[in-house]
Parts: sequence; structure tokens; C-alpha cells
Amino acid sequence: MTPLLEVNHISYTYSAGTPFAHKALDDVSFQIHPGEFIGVIGHTGSGKSTLMQHLNGLLKPDEGQILLGGQDIWSDKKFTRACRFRVGLVFQYPEYQLFEETVYADIAFGPKNMGLDENEVDRRVREAAGFVGITEQQLKASPFDLSGGQKRRAAIAGIVAMEPELLILDEPTAGLDPRGREEILDNIQAYRQAKNATIMMVTHSMNDVARLADRLLVMSGSRLVLDGTPEEIFVNAQSLVDMGLDVPEVTRVFLALEKMGLKFPGVYTMEQAVRALTQRKGGGGHA
Amino acid sequence: MLKDITLGQYFPGNSVIHRLDPRTKLILLVAYIAALFIASNFLSYALTLGFLVICIAISKIQPKAFFKGLKPLIVLMCFTGIMNLFFTSGETLLVHFWIINIYLEGLVRAIFMILRLLALICATFLLTYTTSPIALTDALESLLRPLGKIGLPVHELAMIMCIALRFIPTLLEETDKIISAQKARGADFETGSLIQRVKALIPILVPLFISAFRRADELATAMECRCYQGGEGRTKMKQLHYAPLDYGAFGVLALLLAATITLTVFGL
Repeated sequence: MTPLLEVNHISYTYSAGTPFAHKALDDVSFQIHPGEFIGVIGHTGSGKSTLMQHLNGLLKPDEGQILLGGQDIWSDKKFTRACRFRVGLVFQYPEYQLFEETVYADIAFGPKNMGLDENEVDRRVREAAGFVGITEQQLKASPFDLSGGQKRRAAIAGIVAMEPELLILDEPTAGLDPRGREEILDNIQAYRQAKNATIMMVTHSMNDVARLADRLLVMSGSRLVLDGTPEEIFVNAQSLVDMGLDVPEVTRVFLALEKMGLKFPGVYTMEQAVRALTQRKGGGGHA
Repeated sequence: MLKDITLGQYFPGNSVIHRLDPRTKLILLVAYIAALFIASNFLSYALTLGFLVICIAISKIQPKAFFKGLKPLIVLMCFTGIMNLFFTSGETLLVHFWIINIYLEGLVRAIFMILRLLALICATFLLTYTTSPIALTDALESLLRPLGKIGLPVHELAMIMCIALRFIPTLLEETDKIISAQKARGADFETGSLIQRVKALIPILVPLFISAFRRADELATAMECRCYQGGEGRTKMKQLHYAPLDYGAFGVLALLLAATITLTVFGL
């Protein structure tokens, strides 16, 4: 399968040549294939957000290149702009970027910039609003009259409406209450299933990535240190803890059990825990 | 990127200049500017410029920072230079071309004017580069206190300035973020007619204003929660004290001023 996006040895330094120079990315390489759901985890300041801004051509790597569909995204100015539509990036706290008079107009901002005709823009806005559960009435309201969670979902719809080949979300659930978090994660999953979309999600919640992602990238100290399936990553729970990261709560319980001499390999979600425990009990009864 | 703006930036350090009382630095800057405007001949210019170069060297701040800060002001300096060059009349004609006459006096004056502006700006940069914004507002408040007697709300003014300075980097960072986010939605700020470009600013300005108001509101609440109420009877955690170093600096600048005046008056 040809990769959708290919990152080859990119490095990036902020404020290069000043006393405030800070290397944010150091020789990072990986590939993204169509249909994947990739979780990106890492400590604050490990370079996750910087990496995300490279993937749609907002930041230009000092070294290395990024290929979208086989073409270097910096090879041509027009292509760089096209990349912004093909790789949709939802920033942290995206609700602070809402600016239009109505939610509808705000979601339509991206598709309109793509130069689509009125009917197509309308179709996309309504479809995107549907994915994130924005009602017809809310579309006509001012974005500033919505609740926090609704604003966040409206902002995500603004990116989804561009129908990007790769949707990147930078901590989409940060600062929301548990119900708001669940709603957003459900929206993302529904969108993925309906469109067979490729998604990349930066998050601090190990429980969320364990449940949703089928591949994990772990960033630490400006480098990509681990790349693999959740099973492969969470087996090395100790190395994650050493990096100042966490493992899913369930995994933590099972690691403690392991220390006591009970072995349950590769348990990192609640369902797996239930399965493993019922198996141990001989297939019957409550876990 | 916007973050690279150096105007009004503070570079922490521990040089003699850094350690001077901020009030001393403010007074000295005013005195130095006075000396700059008194200077009118070659020797006095050499003296004042030499003094500034030594101060910059002592501060251990990279000259690069000064060049970077000067960049946006190059146009202004060139304009001043050209105006002086063309519109000063004198005795020694250097170039005569159509209606343009360039005199030796004009050339000298243009060079002096540019040097004066350069020194003025660099001296101001030296103050802001070596003094944290908080120390600077503290100094202003302390120096302006006598004006409080005639009803000027000195403390409030200093507080407003302090908050404004404090939020410049925050707002710049925020602007940067908003620009990136709108770019990710395909906003285009670089092409199109003037009207289109002004229109393209709306997606940046609206969120920026909203967030500035939100921040102001939060800050006001936070200040009220800590029972903040103006200057009356308020004491400082960090008291400003003149040290021997400051008296020395006053002495050095008094000498510079005296020397400049002497050189100018006697036309040496």
C-alpha cells in the first residue's frame, strides 16, 4: 500500500540563531497509510504540536522533507496551499478561532477558501454539522452563543467540512467535561467509520488512545522514540513511565498484578481486562 | 514569525548595566539624549557615540539584537538623511544637478542627523534590553510620584503600563496561533487586492479581540479576588534603593554632559 503521507528525517528549530533557539524536532521519520487511526502521545514540550504543524505545511522543516501522495509539500507554492485542504489540522482549543456571525458561515469558511461552488459548500457544511451533532437551529446561531463543548464541535466541523484525506486533531478533548469528551470522541469515531477516514490524534489520555487508535507514535525530547501498535507500546510500560508518560489505568492494575506473580500479557482496555479475567476463571461467572 | 520581534524585549543578564537601579537608567537615558542633542561638532559626536558603544559592550548584549531592532526604522533614518542632504544650503557646493544642489554642510548634517537618531534608538534599546518591564514601570511610578500631588493617578498609570507590557508577548503568541489556525483553513493573507487583504484580516482580528477582552475580564476578576485596590497606602515587595554603583553612574554621565557642553560651547 502506498503511504498517504511520508515524513523523512525532518528537524526543526524555533527562533534559530537567537539566544532563544530551541530544537523542537530532531530527525523524525514515519509514514501514514490510508485508513489508519494514529494516536500521538508525549510529554508537554516533546514536539507533538510542532510536528502536527509540519504535516500540513504551516511550518517548513529545516532539514528533511514531507511527501503527500509522493510529492514534496514544499515543492510548489500552490501545492503547499492545496496541502492545507488535503491535511486538515484542528488546533488545540479550536473554539478560539471562531469568528463568523453564524455557525454556518464559520464552518463554510474552509470550503469557501477551497473555491467550491455554493451547492457543494452547503452540502459539506450540513454533512460536517451532522457528524458533530450541530442542529439546524444552531447553524443559524452565533458561534459565541454556543456552550464550550458545542463551540469545540463547531470548530472541528469547520475542518471536517474541507473533507481532508488526513484529519489531525491536537488534543481535541482538552479542557472539556467528561460528557463533552465522550461526545467529541464518539463524533470522531462516527466520522471515521462513515468516511473510512485517516485520523491522527494528539492526546494526553492513554485511555482514549488505547481504545481508539490502531497505531501509536510516542514523542519524547523532540524525537520520535516509539512507533507501533498499542500492544507493542504498552508492553513496554516501564519505558513509558520513564519518559514521564502514563499507561492506561487498566494496564497499571495489570502491571501490579504481574509483580504479584499473575501474568496477563497485553491488557490495556477494559474489554480486554474482562476477557482476560474471565478466561483465567475458566470461562464462567463474573470477572 | 511575529515571535521574532525584538522591540521592547528584555534580555536577562548580570552586567553592570543590568544591575543599575531602573530609576538611574531612566534618568541617565534622558540625560544622554540631552547630551546627544547638545552635541554639534565632530568631537562631541565622537564622545557621545563612543560612550554608547562602551555601554553596549559592558552590557554584553549581542550587537545583533540592536541591528534587528533597528531594521524597521531604517526607512525613517534614510528619509531624515535625504531630507537633510537635499534641503540644507551652505557655501561649499558638492554636486549640482538640474534643480538639486548638494552642499558639504548638507552632507555633514545628514550624517550627523542619522548618527543622532541611531544613537537615540540604540540607547533606548539598551534600556529596554537590560531592564525588565516590571522594573521599568516601578521606576516610572517612583519617578512620577511627585505628580500624584497634583492629582495624577500615578499608580494606576504605572499599573496600566505594566499590564500592557506584560501582555504584548502573550498577545503576539496568540496572534501567531490564530494566523496558523486560519491558514490551516485556507485563509490567504499574501495575495489579492488591498481590499481583499484587509478583509482577510477579519478572521484574525475578531478572535484576537474576543480573547483580549476575555483575558482582561479574567485578570480583573483575579485582581479583585486578591483585594487589589489602587495605590493608596500600598507597599512594595521589592523596594528600589540607590547603590554606590548608581551614584558612580550619575557621576560618569554628569562628566559626559559637561564634556559635551564644553566641546560645543568652545567649538573645539
